Amino acid sequence: MQAAAQGDGAGAEHQQYLTFRLGEETFAMPILMIKEILEYPDLTNVPLMADCVRGVLNLRGRVVPVVDLAVRFGRPQSTPTRRTCVVILEVHADGEQLDVGIMVDGVNQVIEIPATDIEPPPAFGAKLRTDFIRGMGKVNGGFVVILDSSTVLSIHEIAALGATTA
Amino acid sequence: MDLTPALEIFIAEAGELLEQMEQSLLLLEHRPGDRELLDAVFRTAHTIKGSAGMFGFNTIVAHTHQLENLLDLVRAGEVALTPALSALLLRCGDHLGTLVTPAVDNLPLQPAVSAVGEALERELAQYLPALPNAVDRHSMAADVALLLASGAPPATPSAAALPTSLAADYAVFLASAEPALAQPAALVWRIALQFGADVLRNGMDPLSILHYLGTVGEIVNLTTLWGRLPPLVAMDPESCYLDVALELATTADRAVIDAVFDFIRDDCKIQLTPPSSQVRAQLADLAALPEGPSKLGEILVAAHALTDLELAAALAEQAAESRPPVAPGGPRPLGRILVDAGAVPEPVVDAALERQQQARLAKAQDSKLIRVDAEKLDQLITLVGELVIAGSGTFALAQHAKLGDIVESAAALLRLVEQVRDNALSLRMVPIAATFQRFQRVVRDVSLDLGKDIELVIAGAETELDKSVVERIGDPLMHLVRNAMDHGIENAARRLASGKPARAKISLNAYHDSGSIVIEVADDGGGLPLDKIRHKAIERGLLAASANPTPQEIQQLVFEAGFSTAEAVSNLSGRGVGMDVVRRSIETLRGMIEIDSTEGLGTLVRIRLPLTLAIIDGFMVGLGAARYVLPLDVVVECMELSEADRCFVSERGFINVRGAVLPVVRLRDAFALNDATEGAAAHAQGAVLSRRENIVVVRFGALKAGLVVDELFGEFQTVIKPLGKLFSYLQGISGSTILGSGEVALILDVPGLIKRVERTRPPGRVVA
Repeated sequence: MQAAAQGDGAGAEHQQYLTFRLGEETFAMPILMIKEILEYPDLTNVPLMADCVRGVLNLRGRVVPVVDLAVRFGRPQSTPTRRTCVVILEVHADGEQLDVGIMVDGVNQVIEIPATDIEPPPAFGAKLRTDFIRGMGKVNGGFVVILDSSTVLSIHEIAALGATTA
Repeated sequence: MDLTPALEIFIAEAGELLEQMEQSLLLLEHRPGDRELLDAVFRTAHTIKGSAGMFGFNTIVAHTHQLENLLDLVRAGEVALTPALSALLLRCGDHLGTLVTPAVDNLPLQPAVSAVGEALERELAQYLPALPNAVDRHSMAADVALLLASGAPPATPSAAALPTSLAADYAVFLASAEPALAQPAALVWRIALQFGADVLRNGMDPLSILHYLGTVGEIVNLTTLWGRLPPLVAMDPESCYLDVALELATTADRAVIDAVFDFIRDDCKIQLTPPSSQVRAQLADLAALPEGPSKLGEILVAAHALTDLELAAALAEQAAESRPPVAPGGPRPLGRILVDAGAVPEPVVDAALERQQQARLAKAQDSKLIRVDAEKLDQLITLVGELVIAGSGTFALAQHAKLGDIVESAAALLRLVEQVRDNALSLRMVPIAATFQRFQRVVRDVSLDLGKDIELVIAGAETELDKSVVERIGDPLMHLVRNAMDHGIENAARRLASGKPARAKISLNAYHDSGSIVIEVADDGGGLPLDKIRHKAIERGLLAASANPTPQEIQQLVFEAGFSTAEAVSNLSGRGVGMDVVRRSIETLRGMIEIDSTEGLGTLVRIRLPLTLAIIDGFMVGLGAARYVLPLDVVVECMELSEADRCFVSERGFINVRGAVLPVVRLRDAFALNDATEGAAAHAQGAVLSRRENIVVVRFGALKAGLVVDELFGEFQTVIKPLGKLFSYLQGISGSTILGSGEVALILDVPGLIKRVERTRPPGRVVA
């Protein structure tokens, strides 16, 4: 719970989360930062970028980058299927707000997780970088990983990744 | 209740006025006796004081008041405008600039700032000994303001503000209890003020208005009218019911008095009745009026016998009378209405009518300006950009469907949309004048610092360019001008020794040249020392010791990072960060910079910038399924890549074009596009090997190179969409655009691309 409060500074406020699938696992993100969910569209590949940047798409006249979450988590690139979606999120970088899409294998549902049911991330043993995890939400006796968008979609980090691979 | 819009205007205007004041002061240094300039300085100071007074910003009012007193003496010729005084006035202007923000945010002044203010006021006071009265009066007014401010803070115009109307009476009493100041020569105006019910709610304080009126003249008599005050139960404590009739003794003219009410005009009824002795002056004004306005009201306004607002009110009354039921005899003529309302005396109206007979139809072609929020403009331009994209999409569809009529109408539509786009873009164009003018002050201050006598010559200030470019060109220009003053221009002794006039010249020049704007910074100083640059470059490893570069190539070396030839690092320049920063900021504006110097004669730096950052003419090429756009102005020619050249490209990286060597880059390689994944579809068609390739020859500055691509699609109107922060490190791609199909295409950044390729290639293989 403390971890949740540290996340965006608004931890206790939003208790609704969108859950989605990535391979076999289920992840969650606070609903308030989600702008829309799109069917997987044709993307324009941007060369020389970090592998996790899948490309850009045209969102009603704006050009929005799409991040392949699987690659960002150090897994092999996901192949688009019929259920693949792009979730458009609002992230903040240097006081500016920008839209970023994440590619996921499928969107599940919107669930409510009370702040009291959120545990801090495990200190070790997670398959994911610990700073990507904002908390572990207890849902139906199991856990879903609540992602911390400020690190998972850190604009600076992803941009710098591109600079080194180039 | 929300004062923010008014405050925003105040901030913007104060900034502009201070800038104007500074410019006029600087010009005055060259033309000390210029009456008009002096008046302009006085006017700006007065206006700042006026608007600050409206908001009750006492620190600003007090400081400006001192300034105004002094300027008045200068205008009267009692104090000479010496360079020292002019410097003091400039510093006062700067100080006013620092006062605006704390005043608006209602913050206490920082001790350092108020110390500066006090020091300046002491200096100002030194010029003012002849007029102790003025100083006394000011401090007294400030005391009264302080006294009242402590009782009811003017920044909180709420229910608590109502008692201030009583305080207003009190203040006016105070003012009228000073008979010593009554000027016999002054004229007595009668003013009736009916404050609107919403005055307090709009954050205006009647007391401030009256108080400010007191600075224009002497309020000799004031009666408060209680007629509008409702019974206590019906009274809304947030409404204002105050009516005032007062007499004002002043020598100021109508416009000045009227300006006092600028901020409450919308809410209040104001009636000004001129003193009778004013009539003669107005008649004289009327006779001296240059030819211009042809309407009675306009003539009267021009002769200062009437204000615009009184005119508008009278016209509204006339319009009301001409609506049915019309009074017997029809609506009264304008002159009659004005006389009946007591706004203008009858003889003046008669004279004006006569004047009207003579007046020609020549109309004053005033340029009318509208202030628009830059963001609104940006939204419009974004929308128009969308419209262009959608338009070309429709056109393409119509062509595809082969429907003649629709193609024609879509083409007509597209033409119109393109005109709209050009118009919308021109809205963003602003003259570079404001940016250039700033340098007058910079050159003046820095030349004093350096002890050099330098004159700034500005040409082409009316040249227009995109606002976003204007905003970002200031810093690089600052670097260049400072560099020129510090390094370029020699000291006076050396200048005289080399037969140049002691007074050095720096010129800023701007002009349009084939779709781009050129800005030149030139000085008549010592020029770039080629030998020294060469040595330095070899020392820093930027140049091989054996190399034999041309003078041009040596000169361009100053743009390399960490390059400075100055022996001493001054506080202005010489740290070697200047020129490469300048080059980089110019390049982010998609421009280029070159330097042209003759040793001993001077240096010229030429910056070439695109006119706009929003839309370019593009040239579309294809690479597999992906589309890329090149800015059309970098494309020199296109040709097919022959089988023989193909081997050359892969083996040596250059081909022979009409006897000249052309370095060639495979875009596919440069972008590390993998043939295996990306070309999978092509494989299926069995087309990989027989695929035809083309070369686009591009140019940047003196550099030419060929880009190998698959397909050429031709010209394409490109609305640039920035790619955003995530792609900030990306070299070789400068942005994106949306095609008619809705697909995103990337815009190639040719200089970045060439640089990238140069870096990844073994050295010595790229030939410029």
